[in-house]
Amino acid sequence: MIHNYLTLSVILFCLGILGVISRRNVFIVFMAIELMLNAANLGFVTLSRLHLSMDGHVLALMVMAVAAAEAALALAVVILLHKHKGKLDTDVFNLLKG
Amino acid sequence: MEQSTPYLGFIPLLPLAGALVLGLMHIATCQGKRIPDKLYGILGCIGPFIALILAVKVFFELKALDEGKRVLLQRVYNWIEVGDLKISMGFLADPLSSLMLLFVTFVGFLIHLYSIGYMAGDKNFGKFFAYLNLFLASMLLLVLGDGPVVMFVGWEGVGLCSYLLISFYSEDPANVVAGNKAFIVNRIGDLGFVLGISFLFWGIGADGFDYISLEASATNLNPTLGLTVCLLLFVGATGKSAQIPLYVWLPDAMAGPTPVSALIHAATMVTAGVYMIARFSFLYVQVPLAGEIIAWVGILTALLAAIFGMYQRDIKKILAYSTVSQLGYMFAAVGLTAYSAGIFHVFTHAFFKALLFLGAGSVIHALHHEQDIWKMGGLKKKLPVTYWTMLFGALALAGCPLFSGFFSKDEILYSALAHGHGAIWFIGLIVAGITAYYTFRMFFVVFHGKPADQSLYDKAHESPPVMTVPLVILAVGAVFAGFLNLPHLFGGHLMVSHWLSPSLVEHHPDPTLALELLAVGGSIVAFVIGVSIAYRKFGTKAQEPVYRGFHKFAENKFMVDELFGALIVTPYRYLSQGISRIIEPWVTDGPLKSMALLYRLSGLAFKVFQVGLVRVYAIYMVLGLSIMSFLLIKTLNL
Repeated sequence: MIHNYLTLSVILFCLGILGVISRRNVFIVFMAIELMLNAANLGFVTLSRLHLSMDGHVLALMVMAVAAAEAALALAVVILLHKHKGKLDTDVFNLLKG
Repeated sequence: MEQSTPYLGFIPLLPLAGALVLGLMHIATCQGKRIPDKLYGILGCIGPFIALILAVKVFFELKALDEGKRVLLQRVYNWIEVGDLKISMGFLADPLSSLMLLFVTFVGFLIHLYSIGYMAGDKNFGKFFAYLNLFLASMLLLVLGDGPVVMFVGWEGVGLCSYLLISFYSEDPANVVAGNKAFIVNRIGDLGFVLGISFLFWGIGADGFDYISLEASATNLNPTLGLTVCLLLFVGATGKSAQIPLYVWLPDAMAGPTPVSALIHAATMVTAGVYMIARFSFLYVQVPLAGEIIAWVGILTALLAAIFGMYQRDIKKILAYSTVSQLGYMFAAVGLTAYSAGIFHVFTHAFFKALLFLGAGSVIHALHHEQDIWKMGGLKKKLPVTYWTMLFGALALAGCPLFSGFFSKDEILYSALAHGHGAIWFIGLIVAGITAYYTFRMFFVVFHGKPADQSLYDKAHESPPVMTVPLVILAVGAVFAGFLNLPHLFGGHLMVSHWLSPSLVEHHPDPTLALELLAVGGSIVAFVIGVSIAYRKFGTKAQEPVYRGFHKFAENKFMVDELFGALIVTPYRYLSQGISRIIEPWVTDGPLKSMALLYRLSGLAFKVFQVGLVRVYAIYMVLGLSIMSFLLIKTLNL
């Protein structure tokens, strides 16, 4: 039973990674990151259930709070990026290179 | 025995505060509106004036004490404490330093006053007074310091101010070169001084490093080390007090404003070396060999500088060489352990040399900065006050009987005889004759005869009272200062020597009438011969002579500057160039630069990974995390 939950968590996480790596739209990348966070949350809650302790639940709540804060910040960044170049393609923002 | 005197520290502190205030005022206003010169002048004179009052107070307080206990001390705070080395910022006034204090503040104050007139209208008026005050503060610190280290602070301070003031007219590069020369030559001497006090500390510094403790433990110093210390300290003195071989900076130092030449390069700073050796008399009496070397160096400097003085044409350079020559006398005296005679000559010299320099300044001021004596002449009518005061100064310098210089010089020559150094006495006598000759050569050429340059002569005018009053006061000093130390032969009681005796360790040989008469008679004969030759040659019709042969050689100062240039400066310059061309690029910079190159290359190699795309960086992150997780799993054996 527990295995299924963990497997789901890993699948969600890998989907998130794939999204971050393969998509070029800033919004999609951002959503993929949120997906990875929630995959981690699922893992926490599952293992918390397995060990019958509340630590995982607490951590999951923390992650949600951080994710909310991050969402607010990220949306602001997205707006700025759009103002700057008029596009939301990540490959346009490529100044950070050697 | 020890008595804490709370106001001693204020003596150097007040001029220092004056320097700070004036300096800040000058910095704040040098771009915009000028502060009136009068305010600078008044502020600049306050510090020295209060210091003078305090110096008089110190003198009377010392006089009130019993003869053996004439010491005033003030320990302000502990300055350095490292292991054995305990140095306090302390001040000490004893008869020796109080005498120095009196004339340094007195002459210093008069020269400040004189500068108000001489520097009037200069655009750096405030800066000048700030430097003068700073100089006075350093000199007072040097004199009042209670140990070699505090003295060294003052020692360096006067060197710095000397440099700043010599190159005061810094628009002319020649003045800057002269300032640099003075500073660099002084540094060579200072190295000797630092080594000297380091060795002294190594030898006997463990029981306290102030004069009182050092004097108490001086006998523990081993003789070889003692000789080393004495000679190294003397190297310091040759730098500051312009003796062979480091005298070369002093004549060039005349590039500074004339009051500076009077204050620093005649009356006070250059006598620091003599003071220092008198201060360490407790060391020097133990090492007669060092004293003998000092005496010979001194008397030979006196002779050499006197010969140069005969051929100079710049009024200030003549006086500069006479200063070097008189300093030579002082060193001859302290070398012969006649410390009080040396210090007494310092004392009288301060008056008459400051007087002569200020008089020369008055002449230069009147002639709109003309310094060549062959362009002057006949100025007696135009500058009566300057003429008469300078006459007194010249008589004192030349050693005319009953003037101050006569008594002090005679004291030195007599002690040379009394200590059995006939040769030194004889050279001293020749120097006395030459001194009388070149002093009056200058005097006759400048003031008598016919004007050499009529247009300059017509524009000449007597200086304002703020300049002539100090001249008159100094003239009084130059005439009468000698009576303070009247020898027994003239019915006096050697008051100055007596006053100084608690601070100095010296042997007075028993006076013999024959020797005293010989010394006095010799001095008078030398004076008369010198002046009469000068009068015959220049008294009525002064004509610029043409020098040939030996005279030409002497006019060129025996090529000493050129010799130093060829022997020391040029090789040193080549050495420096060699270092900068070979050692620096290949030995010191090479390895560092190749290391930097390595980093650059590796940076170039790694830079290809940084493509600038967020997606690629995400891949790197995932790869890194995967590898880390993999390793973690492997090590934990899960």
